This record gives sequence, structure tokens and C-alpha cells, in this order.
Amino acid sequence: MSHKIEPLVLSGLEPLVINELSNFVNVGERTNVTGSRKFLRLIKEGNYEEAISVARHQVEGGAQILDINMDEGMLDGVDAMRTFLNLIASEPDISRIPVMIDSSKWEIIEEALKCVQGKCVVNSISLKEGKDSFVQQAKKLKMYGAAVIVMAFDEDGQADTYERRIEICKKSYDILVDEVHFPRQDIIFDPNIFPIATGIEEHNNYAVDFFKATKWIKENLPGAKVSGGVSNVSFSFRGNQTVREAMHSAFLYHAIQNGMDMGIVNPAILEVYDDIPKDLLEKVEDVLLNRKEDATQALLDFAETVSGTSKEKGADLTWRENPVQERITHSLVKGITDFIEADTEEARHTVERPLQVIEGPLMDGMNVVGDLFGSGKMFLPQVVKSARVMKKAVAYLLPYIEADKREGDKSTAGKVLMATVKGDVHDIGKNIVGVVLGCNNYEVIDLGVMVPANKILEAAIEHQVDVIGLSGLITPSLDEMVHVAKELERSEIDVPLLIGGATTSKAHTAVKIDQHYSSPSIHVLDASRSVTVVEKLLGEKKDGYVSEINTEYDRVREQFLERQSAKKYLTLDKARANSPTVDFFDIKEPNFKGTKQFVDVDLNELTDYIDWTPFFQTWELAGRYPKILSDEVVGEQATQLFADAKAMLSKIVEEKWLKANGVIGIWNAKRIGDSVEVSVENENKQFHFLRQQNEFTKGKPNKCLSDFIAPENDFLGGFAVTTGIGIEKHLAKFEEDHDDYSSIMLKALADRLAEAFAEFMHEKVRKEIWGYQTEEMLSNEELIKEKYQGIRPAPGYPACPEHTEKETLFELLDANSVGIELTESMAMQPGAAVSGFYFTHPGSAYFNVGKIARDQVEDYALRKNWSKEVAEKWLSPILNY
Amino acid sequence: MEKPNIKSRLKEKILVLDGAMGTMIQRYKLEEEDFRGDKLKDRPGSLKGNNDLLSITRPDVIKEIHAAYFEAGADIAETNTFSGTTIAQADYSLEDIVYELNFESAKIAKEVADKFSKNEPNKPRYVAGSIGPTNRSAGLSPDVNDPGFRNVTFDELVTAYTQQVQGLVDGGVDLLLVETVFDTLNAKAALYAIQQFFIDNNMDLPVMVSGTITDASGRTLSGQTTEAFLISMSHVNLLSIGLNCALGAEQLRPYLQTLNQKAPFMVSAHPNAGLPNEFGEYDQTPQDMAGQIEVFLKEGLLNIVGGCCGTSPDHIRAISKTAEKYQPRVVNTKTDTVA
Repeated sequence: MSHKIEPLVLSGLEPLVINELSNFVNVGERTNVTGSRKFLRLIKEGNYEEAISVARHQVEGGAQILDINMDEGMLDGVDAMRTFLNLIASEPDISRIPVMIDSSKWEIIEEALKCVQGKCVVNSISLKEGKDSFVQQAKKLKMYGAAVIVMAFDEDGQADTYERRIEICKKSYDILVDEVHFPRQDIIFDPNIFPIATGIEEHNNYAVDFFKATKWIKENLPGAKVSGGVSNVSFSFRGNQTVREAMHSAFLYHAIQNGMDMGIVNPAILEVYDDIPKDLLEKVEDVLLNRKEDATQALLDFAETVSGTSKEKGADLTWRENPVQERITHSLVKGITDFIEADTEEARHTVERPLQVIEGPLMDGMNVVGDLFGSGKMFLPQVVKSARVMKKAVAYLLPYIEADKREGDKSTAGKVLMATVKGDVHDIGKNIVGVVLGCNNYEVIDLGVMVPANKILEAAIEHQVDVIGLSGLITPSLDEMVHVAKELERSEIDVPLLIGGATTSKAHTAVKIDQHYSSPSIHVLDASRSVTVVEKLLGEKKDGYVSEINTEYDRVREQFLERQSAKKYLTLDKARANSPTVDFFDIKEPNFKGTKQFVDVDLNELTDYIDWTPFFQTWELAGRYPKILSDEVVGEQATQLFADAKAMLSKIVEEKWLKANGVIGIWNAKRIGDSVEVSVENENKQFHFLRQQNEFTKGKPNKCLSDFIAPENDFLGGFAVTTGIGIEKHLAKFEEDHDDYSSIMLKALADRLAEAFAEFMHEKVRKEIWGYQTEEMLSNEELIKEKYQGIRPAPGYPACPEHTEKETLFELLDANSVGIELTESMAMQPGAAVSGFYFTHPGSAYFNVGKIARDQVEDYALRKNWSKEVAEKWLSPILNY
Repeated sequence: MEKPNIKSRLKEKILVLDGAMGTMIQRYKLEEEDFRGDKLKDRPGSLKGNNDLLSITRPDVIKEIHAAYFEAGADIAETNTFSGTTIAQADYSLEDIVYELNFESAKIAKEVADKFSKNEPNKPRYVAGSIGPTNRSAGLSPDVNDPGFRNVTFDELVTAYTQQVQGLVDGGVDLLLVETVFDTLNAKAALYAIQQFFIDNNMDLPVMVSGTITDASGRTLSGQTTEAFLISMSHVNLLSIGLNCALGAEQLRPYLQTLNQKAPFMVSAHPNAGLPNEFGEYDQTPQDMAGQIEVFLKEGLLNIVGGCCGTSPDHIRAISKTAEKYQPRVVNTKTDTVA
């Protein structure tokens, strides 16, 4: 059985929490007499004042833990350790971070533990002297309250192969967890970083073995972390800082990908992996990854050609010496905003008119981006970053362009009007399309969300746009798009209409929209295709393309009709007669009935429940998390995106950007046909559900959600949660900075948090509030796979596809009072919100209602007290006629 | 009849800790003779003000005070041993009576508690052995010009706390309360001593820890934030973690919210009766204090509540009445405890 692992928590004057969301933790290495000659000299001379400034420099340079080592034959290590620790205890700017007590001598470790008030890390203990002393030391550490680094070392020596590493780590872990009952999250392994490129063949695979061992530990020893002393790896290149630093960051890059959590480094001079010169990087990686026979010699030869002086912290800026066009292209491709204004200014002086900077250097650069994107060498997150740079440059040029305006200027490739239709608030996809089009020199007029048809008409006429793009996520938006198409036709507007968004489809566009609009209506599957489509529509080959589309859509329509007539439907009576047989026994009386609000829930509690896979889908990176991080094609981008996401997520949590509010309700309920009646105080309300009408193979029942509620004395739950409160302020700030990347990121994360909140509440309901699954122990992965009893279907989704049921649900929950509202199309606002029902029956499962027939529409209209026309409007996406 | 385990009681209700000992002793207007009694009549120097001695020399007074708090509704009495270590008693050269002091204090508190438990079997009373911070600090220098200096070591604290724990346990306390923690390192020494004592004697008692946030900076005197303090104490499976002294109930609220969110243990608070007035006196009325406490009881922040400096049985009565109205906080237990 798997368990939720607590984070590793440490403390100085302030807490340090290390969980799966944490970035790599830098442990400052310079306060170490074995690693720094300067520090050794200062301690020997008793110059503690300067020794303390070394520590301060490490903290200022970004160390999150301070490694302290006083192991030197000529020193009284116990005394030096005590003195130094007592002294830094009075320096709050240093002692705010936890310390790592680094010694191979137990008496020094124990003395240090007696001087530190916070929870520190001890580095290290091992099985070197046998199991007994290992157990004894671990027990002591537990009493003092410290996390521990365990070295891969036993009585037979230090582990130097992959097999020995994992064997010793496993052995150590089992002893610590099973015998000492050491908290597993407090166990950190050091699987030994050894020097490579030593000229000895046996050493060549050391780094590879470390990476593999790290991965194995993270996958097989739950809770355990991995650390190591990084500078060891480059020991053979002493004196050549350039090569050493490149080796360190390349090593870390690979180690972190394999799961390394923390490392002893000099944080002040760590080179950024991407900034390592490509030729050097290749040679370094040949050595690290042991992928070429003569790699060591090649690196040694190369090392002689590079200067041995250490680089200033910061990027390699040699590209700044290139011509301005190359610099602009570099900034655009790499998404660097730091120099773009200066370069744009420089470029402005090389051309006659400011507009030519956009048409020339900037577009040339964006074309490179476009080519790389088109050929799959760049991915959406990078393109969005490029757009950020582009926008900044354009914003800089705008005043000059305005001042220079002349008759007949056509500044862009075309104007695209974008809008999320009335009643819908979802706009992540629309914004991404806007960014991608903007990158390709289209002027994008974005009307925002909940845009009524008349606004779209007015803007289309006012701006004389070339294309109109409509977006929507919820099913009622499909209808609204049809409405917009009709209105456009009525106003005799004749620009192409693009349709996009999660519930849209080629079939819907072809069957329902296209017939109402004389100009082309084209479904665009994802953002990356939008440019090609718009280019073709506005280019010379437009006619050919449109007739191609027409032919294709004719075929789609035919197929659709064929499928419709091929499918067989039961009458509603027959479908009802084929209901599943559901037994009701042991219905659990809820521990709580009524509604319960959860206001301003700690976001920290929710992050563990995030399902990341859809997050990558938002960014059009295909694959399942966490596998996607090591995916051959998109792995690197996914990893980068994930790191950015985690960085923003920890800001969202720490700085409380978003407020999480929710409400749940549990009510007495009974089934009445395909409806469920709930009673609250003395009032009765009904939820109306729909039944599958497809004719299935024999034995497969026609389901309806009400089947899972007993005719008497049962219960139904409901919920509405949001994590979108407060988002506007931050989005506005990003938009002001032309930072679409962060803006889209924030929305995507808010959506993930809302889903996580729903998962979190559902668990709380199962285990405590309703209390029908008190024994449940599931990992996040198992939660995502829904391995629990009961379901939480949401109105508007396949099992209960009709949206207006949300009105009843919201009324019962009084969801407005926690800040969640419904638009006229039944979209929830804020957009980062989830609502639904709780069904607890062990047999309850998600299903798709599919299409329904006229008789059920009539029946539903009766139940809802609607006219048939109203019912057909709300049920239009699922009508079989 | 066997008294129910305090852990199971804590699931049912918010338990009430007693109030200040000092405030009550002052009401008796005791003199030097009272502190000495027969037993200490030949000791040099003044002993007046060394309140812990009264457990030996005027046990009648201490019993009356325990009784008054139990009568007011307290579930838990703290022994009169806040300064019961060789380190704190060194100022009076009374290191040699430390064991007796703790033993007698525990014994008389237990006597009173047992009487109340017998009369009201559905409201069992408990005795918490009070373990103070001592008047020295292992983590801070007493001399600003010599920041590396310490006037007590971790080992010395462990020795002193071990003796105190021995006396308290032999005297029959139900649990131990390491309180008024201003220096986390001292508290770590106390927890170390307690753990070792339990191992050596093959026993176990519930342990409460209560820290002191010195001012509005939200930090302990040794500089830790509430969360850092909690992390530094969490290696022991505590009964509760909480805050007491220095601040009134109102000022404690944000720090209790932190503990409520983060602590995998029960949460306690025994604030002062407000902040001292310009004469250094605590003058918050029982109603005012109970009203402020009600705010966080309503939020579900606490499992144990009581009073520190300046509180009297009337305060505890008001707090107890208020606490009855609310459900105890639900503890977020760690999920990684079973293998």
C-alpha cells in the first residue's frame, strides 16, 4: 500500500520545506575546511569574523542550507564546530537557514547537534562501521531531531557501481525505516559523486551510475531524497574553473532530471546549463554520459584551449558581440527580454522608418521562431516566451510608429478578431492562439470573454478585420457560436470564421455552423495550426484552400448523417426498462448533513492533489506526467515548463495570489424515476438526469445517474469550489508587462488548483464529512485514476450533460456566498471553478449519456417545466435528430 | 476506577488548563517564614519569592490553589515546579532539594486531582508536571560583546531536566509540560532528557510543549518563527504543541493559526491576562479574556486552553464555560506513520 509522504521540513530561524514541488536545493559548500583552503586558513588563525562572512556570502549567493565541515587533522574539530555554530547563531541573516553538519567524526556531529536550535541535516552516517553503530547513531539523531544523509558505504567499502549503490542504499533505508522507525522523508542518500575523466577506465561510468542510482532511489525508496557533493566530479580539472563549472552544471542538469533533490555546491558561481558554450558542453557531456571512447582525452585537449579563470555569475554574453539582427533573433529564440529594447533602438537607427524594424529584423527573428516551431524544434511554451520579447519590442516602437504614420500604411499581415463567446469565461486556448498569431505579425484584436454577438459584429466592422476567431469551452457555447454565425450572415459580413475550443469539433462546425454562414467557417484543432489556416485564408491561394475545406466538410456532413442513421436508439420506455439492477445495502448515514463552507483554504494543502497531465495538454505538449518530463521529443521543454510552473506555483502559494473557496452539501435524497429528489429542511428540490438511449449489445444496461440513488432513505451530495478569486489583479500585471507566458501560466495553474481542490474536497467528504470511506489510503496517482468508491459527475459533462442543473445545485449550496457565480450560459465564474454531485454507491461509475431521442427530450421538458423548444436549446449538443 | 487516557478525553472536548500560580500565591501575603518552614530554616539568604518551595513548606496553600482551579473547571493542573531544576535553584543554593521539590509538588497536585476525579467521575482531572525554561540559555549569549559564549550547555540542561523529570514522575504526574520555551535549544535538551528517561525506565507519558512568542515580530526570543519552532520540536511524538505567556489571547491568534494549519499534534494555548498595564499588572477581566479566546475557539484552533500570568480561577471559570460551547480542533495527523 502506498502512502502520502510528508515533505522534508528543516528549520533555522525560518522553515525550509522540501517537497516534490521544490526546486533543487542549494547547499552552500564554502564553509568547509576540506573544500576551501581559505576557510581552513581562517579557522586555523581563529579569524572567525571573516569565516562568518564566508557563510554570509553563501547565504546571499542563494544557499538554502549551509554545509559546515571542520574535519581537519590539525584542528580541534569539536571546538571549532561549537565555536562557529555558536557565533552564527547570533547572525540572524545566516542562521535563518538550516545548517548541514558535515563530518565523518561522530563526536563532532554530536557536539554540533547540541548547539543548533533548528532542525538540521547531519552529513553523514553509513554502514561503514557495521550495522550496530549505524543503528545507534540513527537513534541518537532521532532524539536530537535531525534529518540525515546516508552515504552509500558499508563494511566492504564505498559503493562505486550502480549495483553496489542501490544495494547499500536499500539496505540502509530498510534498517532506518523498519528498525529505527526513522521518518522516511528525513532520509537523504548520498550515492557518491566520484571524479571522472581521471584517465582510469573504471572511472568513466561513475557519473552515469550516479544518475541511474539516483533514479532508482527516487523510484524505489519512498520519501528518500538524494544529495551529493557536486564539485568532486570535476576533481581532475583542478585549476581550470571554466571546465569545472561547466561540468558541475551539466552534471546537475542530468542529476536533477534523474531526481536529485539537493547538492553541495557553490551557489554564487553556478553556470546556467543553457549558457555553457555548445562545443564545451558537448565534450563535457561526452565525458559525463560516457558516450565516446576518447571523451576524456577530447575534454583534456579542449580544456587547454579555454582560460582557467572563473566566470562571473551570469550568462555567457558573447552573443552580445554579434550583429544586431543576430542578437534580436537570439533574444527572440531564447525568450530573453533583457536586451531587446536596446537592440530594437539600435535597429531603428539602421532603417528609414520605425515600422521597418518590425517588418525587417523582428519578423526575420520571428520567422526563425516560426520555422523552429513548425519543424517541432521549439514548443509552445518557448514560442509564448518569444512572443513576450516580441511584444516588448513592438511596445517600444509604437510611439515612433505613431509619429511616423502615413497614408496607406499596412502594418501587419492581417487583422484577426478574437473572442470567447457570450456566457463563457474560458480563454486560455484563445489567448495562446492570439499569441501565436501575434508572433506571426497578425494584429490581434482580442475582445476578451463573454462577448455578445453584437459586440463581435461592431468590432468586426470598426476594425475591418480579415478573420474572426470564436472560442468556447462549455457546450452551450456551441450554440452561441451558431448564433454568432447567423448574426454575421445577417449583417452581410464576409470574413472567414475560425472556431476553436475544447468542445468544438470539425463535425459541429461542418454540420451546425457552416450551413448558416456563407463565408468559410473552419474548425481549428489547436493553436499551432492557427497560423497555417490564417495564412492560407489571407494568401493568394485562398480560393483553392476554401474549396478544399468545402469538399472536406461535405464529406464530414455525409459521414455524420450516415452515422446518425446507422445508430439505433431505444424508446425512452425501453431504455428505462433496461436500467441496471442496483442493490442498496448498508447505506452510510452521513456524519454531517447540510452545507459546509470552506473559505480561504490553504493552497499548500492542494498542491499535492494536482494532476499535471492536463496542464501539459494546455500547452500542447503531449504525454502523461511524469513520463513526459523524460520524453524524447518534448521532455526538455516539458521539464523547463514544469520548472517554471513550480516556481510560479510556489509564489501563488506563498504570496497567496489566489483564494480557494468552496462549499459542499449533503442532503437526504430519494430516486423518483430519472430524477432525484433531495429534501432540505422542509423543502424538496429535484435534480433531473438523462438516460442513455443507444441500443447497446445485449446485457449492457442503459444508465442514468439516478440509478445509483435508492427509492427511499438515501443521500446525495454536491459541491462547488474555486481557486480563481484574486486572479484578476495578477493577470492585469502580467498583461501590462506584455507577459502572455506568465498570464497563460497563471490561468492554467489556477485551473489545475481548482481540480486539485475538487479532488481534495472529495477525499475529505469520503473520509470525514460523509465518512463512508474512513479507511481509504490512496496516493495522488491513485486519486487521479479514481480508485476510490463513488463519483463526482459535473453538470455539463458526459454523465449529466445538461448545464442548467447547476442552477439548482448552486441554489442548494448557496455557492454565490463563497464567490462562485453562473453566467447565463451556465459557465462558472471565476473560470477556475469546479462543481458537481457526490454519488457514493459502490457501483456508481462515470458514463456517457450520448445522444438522446425526441421522446426523452419531451419527457425532460415536462420534468423541467420547460417548453420543448427550450429543452431542445439546452440539449442541442446531444440531440439525435 | 481507572481514569480515561487524556488522549481519548481530548477527542471529546477542549480541555482546560489551570491559571497562574504566582497570582494566587500573592493573595496569601506569605512571609519569609512561610517559604522556609521548619525544613529550610537554617538555609542562608532570603528564600521569599521562590514559589516552588511552598510545595514543601506550605503544601496547604498550594493544594488550596489547585483545588480552586479544579473547582473553576480546570481539567489539568500544572505542578508548582516552574523553577524546579538545579539550574534555577542554584540562585538560592538549593540544588539539593530539587528532587523532593518535584516529588512533593507532583504528589500534592495528584492528591487534589484524585479527589476531584472521584467526586466527578465524568470529569477526570489530570496533573501536568511543569518544566520551565530555567533562567539560562544554551542558544544565546548573555554577553553581547561575546556572542560565542554560553552560560549553560546542552549536557548540563539534560542532567538538570532528567532530575526534574525523575521527581515529577515518581510523584505521579499524568503528563509533562515543557513550557514557556524562549530558547528552542533548551527545549530540545528537555525533550532529549525526557526521551532518554522514558527509554531508561521503559515507560512513556504524554508530553506537551508550549513556546513563547516574545513580541509582535512573531518570533521566539531565540529568533525562530512559529513554524520553525514547530519544526524543531516535531521529532518527538508530542501530545500537543502550543504557546503561552508574553502575549494576551488576542495577540496570540495569528501564531495559533499557524500551529493549527501545520501541527500534526494537538494545539494548546495559555495566554496571559492581556498585556501588562503601565504598572506591570495584568488587569484583563475574565470576561474580556474569555471573549478573546472565544474568537479562536470558534475558528477551531485549539484542543487545550488555559491561562498564564495574571489569570485567576475566575478567568479559568470564564474560559472553561466558553470552551464547553465549542468542538475541539481536528488534528491533521501525519499520514506517514504506518509502514
